[in-house]
Amino acid sequence: MKSRAASKPVEGLLIRPAVKSDLASLVSLDEEVTGLAKRKYWKDTFLRYRSNDQAGRVFLVAEYDHRIEGFIIGEVRAWEFGEPPCGWVFAMQVRPRTRLKGIGTRLFEALCDAFRRVGIKEMRTLMARDNHLVLSFFRSQGMMAGPFIELETTLD
Amino acid sequence: MKLQKASCFAIYAVLELAANPTHQLSGTEIADKYGISAHHLAKVLRDLGRARIVDAVRGVGGGYQLIANPKRLTLLDVIELFEPIGRRARATSDAKTTTDASAALRLVLNELDDHAVATFRSITISTMLKLMARRPWANATSASRPARNVVAHR
Repeated sequence: MKSRAASKPVEGLLIRPAVKSDLASLVSLDEEVTGLAKRKYWKDTFLRYRSNDQAGRVFLVAEYDHRIEGFIIGEVRAWEFGEPPCGWVFAMQVRPRTRLKGIGTRLFEALCDAFRRVGIKEMRTLMARDNHLVLSFFRSQGMMAGPFIELETTLD
Repeated sequence: MKLQKASCFAIYAVLELAANPTHQLSGTEIADKYGISAHHLAKVLRDLGRARIVDAVRGVGGGYQLIANPKRLTLLDVIELFEPIGRRARATSDAKTTTDASAALRLVLNELDDHAVATFRSITISTMLKLMARRPWANATSASRPARNVVAHR
């Protein structure tokens, strides 16, 4: 996970750890993007992943013009199939109307910085290959295919 | 995996034009830079023009310019103009599947094709320019990862 030149600052944007009072905004943002209001899911996700350097968990929100306009969640996972610790990013959204302002890039960079602070050198993600939007975003941030293959099976 | 010459030439041309948005470049300039056939590249540029990816400016000082948005134009958009790719390619070349062995083999090949298509679709011309600027291939350590411990967790 190479350190890159920081992107241009976005005026009016604050990237900070999520706090409990953000929950309603996160549910609403997620509902706007996915069409589903998942209150219990977000409460559980917040309790499990709220930023905690020691536990290697990072849950950041993007506050833009005093509204929550995006978030990113990641955690450090270690020794899965013998792999040394690495950062995983497994959730990210930016409100459609505020996209293309650099908010996603700033969230991504802040997550990388959080992982670097705890000594992590690599970051990974996993997503559906037809998720063109997010896949292209991660590609634009320099992510490339890693040495893993996703496999799955049906459990009858 | 290999791409046909026309696809590679088209990608080179689009990258060159995207890297020089304020200049018009002639086909010969691009062909000279990449050491490729100017005649073949001219045909490729005509196809890119028909697809509204590049535009030709005629006259003295004329040349080609990119008119597609490099942040939206993907490698797949370019490649598909010149060759069938993924399952489309297989559909045009496959013999009829009549045995379990050929059906199973087709399933595996489709898996590979789907990955290739997803990769080309997720990489825009802008991302390619960033990749060229970063030059990750120049970093020797990225090419050779340490051997992995392949013991599964129980």
